[in-house]
Amino acid sequence: MTLGELLQLLLFDYTLRTVALGTAALGAVAGALGCFAVLRRQSLVGDAIAHAALPGIGLAFLLTGMRATPILVLGAAISGWIGTLFVLGIVRSSRIREDAALGIVLSVFFGLGLVILTFVQRRPTAAQAGLETFLFGQAATLLAGDVVLIVGVGAAALLLLALFWKEFKLLSFDPEFGASVGLPITRVDILLTSLLVVAIVIGLQAVGVVLMSALVVAPAAAARQWTDSLGIMVLLAAFLGALAGVGGAVISSLGGGIPTGPTIVLGASVLVGISLLFAPRRGMLAGLLRERSTRRRLAADAVLADLYALAAQHGETTEYGHPVAVLRAMQGRGGGVERALARLEARGLAREVGAGQWSVTEAGIERARNVFLPGGDE
Amino acid sequence: MTWIDVEIQLLAVVVAVSCALPGVFLVLRRMALMSDAISHSILLGIVLAFFVVEDITHPLLVVAAAATGVLTVGLVELLHRTRKVKEDAAIALVFPALFSIAVILISRYAGSVHLDLDAVLLGEIAFAPFRRLEVGGMDLGPRGLWLMGAILILNVLTILLFYKELKLCTFDAGLAAALGFSPVLVHYAFMTLVSGTAVGAFDSVGSILVVALMIAPPAAAYLLTDRLPHLLLLSGGIGAASAVVGFWLARGLDASIAGSMATMTGVTFLLALLFAPDRGVVAGVRRRARQRVEFAGEMLMIHVLNHEGGVRARVENREDHLQEHLRWSPDFARRVVRHAEREGLIIRTQGGELHLTPLGREFARHRMIH
Repeated sequence: MTLGELLQLLLFDYTLRTVALGTAALGAVAGALGCFAVLRRQSLVGDAIAHAALPGIGLAFLLTGMRATPILVLGAAISGWIGTLFVLGIVRSSRIREDAALGIVLSVFFGLGLVILTFVQRRPTAAQAGLETFLFGQAATLLAGDVVLIVGVGAAALLLLALFWKEFKLLSFDPEFGASVGLPITRVDILLTSLLVVAIVIGLQAVGVVLMSALVVAPAAAARQWTDSLGIMVLLAAFLGALAGVGGAVISSLGGGIPTGPTIVLGASVLVGISLLFAPRRGMLAGLLRERSTRRRLAADAVLADLYALAAQHGETTEYGHPVAVLRAMQGRGGGVERALARLEARGLAREVGAGQWSVTEAGIERARNVFLPGGDE
Repeated sequence: MTWIDVEIQLLAVVVAVSCALPGVFLVLRRMALMSDAISHSILLGIVLAFFVVEDITHPLLVVAAAATGVLTVGLVELLHRTRKVKEDAAIALVFPALFSIAVILISRYAGSVHLDLDAVLLGEIAFAPFRRLEVGGMDLGPRGLWLMGAILILNVLTILLFYKELKLCTFDAGLAAALGFSPVLVHYAFMTLVSGTAVGAFDSVGSILVVALMIAPPAAAYLLTDRLPHLLLLSGGIGAASAVVGFWLARGLDASIAGSMATMTGVTFLLALLFAPDRGVVAGVRRRARQRVEFAGEMLMIHVLNHEGGVRARVENREDHLQEHLRWSPDFARRVVRHAEREGLIIRTQGGELHLTPLGREFARHRMIH
């Protein structure tokens, strides 16, 4: 399939358009709210919430007998919320640390969810079909109504995020200061966590409880590499989340029975990899380049120092050339001296007076004095 | 109870104890969620090794899976070491990516891999008795039980042999390094043990419930004791008990055995959290209530001492006056006075006046000075 055909399908195929819109919306909401989870070192809270949602989904179905998405999402949200309360309660009331509390809540709730799902599977009604898609997600099961729900609830969550922007920012970066200026920190924390719960549960049908947390963390971690501004990071993470969502939905809709969740998560992981490697300032490539240029500048300065020392022995003359071999011997290493000389020449600090004979220039003497002599400017 | 039931329970207990032992050190080292990461990514090792040997029972699968687990730990540390992401985010990025690749491979080649996604999440402990180990036509019992039994023995032996090293590196890595032990070496050796255990348990209870078996029993035991040997024994015991009760719960409800086992570890943890003798929530509430009465009793005696022999003593030193003076509720005032009376610090006259006993007077004077 060519890119053109794919685009055409995306624009004009009703099912695929619906699904892609849904995954884009949930990716954007998860990406935006995930930024706060990542910045507050709560990346794994999302994992606990997503797993803790499973019993809620099963119970909601058992109690109402309906497979309507809003009911299941509500059940998921309540149970995910209770899960976070458990984590908080365990950490506050005992000496169990957060990592163990998260591990217990996510695995025990998930186990309970699986027990409840075995009851669901025993129901004779055809309606139970497909509740397992909540494990790994199947975006193809998204109907127009589900997408309306995702977009509606997601938009409400983002609106609240915009309204309480200042509070959330303060909570994430300096909660002590926030408390000292009268911010009700606990309530703001509860609101932000609730929004995170919302962002996670609307994605469960398409991405699944097992991997939904990755969609919260990955776009935010990727966006973090490109910027130091919270506003830009949130926008970028929302965009990257939407991108991963659409990409995953399209690939999994091509057939082959691939669940959407892993596809979306893998796409988001690739985005993280690209960001870690190629982001302009924080990226590893940028870091390597920076390190290399620093090393070369220092090497050039070292040669300049030698050239200056040689010139100083001849009354600071700029006319007398010194062989490259001498400079090499002074550096104590073979390679790099020519490159350093070329660099110095380009900067007008040294010049080649004869074949293989180098001398410092007036500008070179000036710089050498500034840099290397005590009392210099630099 | 059929023989199959016995075998399943035996396997469940062996799995639970094998998981709980290394779990103790995970909880103490605050690396509980590393078990989550490892138990997910071992799936990739299993799938990839399967593509090579094309035999789901091949021992290479176990080796490859355990190696993937250790690789995950290494990747998380590598990513964290770049200082581009925090440690929690590093964990949350690495294992979903590896797990996703595994799930995609399984669903893409579902026909050729005899691993379905239900097995990945639930394990197949109920079917374990049907896969027998036969040597020369002789039935030696379920294969899973042999594998898991070997892992349990390995875990016990490792902990016994390297007890000192593990303890030292867990509680004081700096001292361990200064004394010439390598905390990094111990760390990776230990993580290999965790990975191997997760691989064995994965077969029985699936990738996510392994976490429950590794973390919840040690966490519960950690609320009950302060000594490492007790912690290890207690964790194993709690794990085994949860496994057996979970099995019968599953039987009673006709539900998933692995899911019930995980649920039971959660229930035991909750019981420990609420009712642990010293550290439990209930014990804490009662201790605070008692301390409140004891503190109020001291205030009462100082109050009585203060007014003793004074002109207003008859008015001040009465139970009903305390409500006004110390702002106590009538009920609380009664409790405090009764507490002081029981302790022999105070006596009440017929007219309702409160007088200090000699013991009470000494106590109140002592309290006012210190």
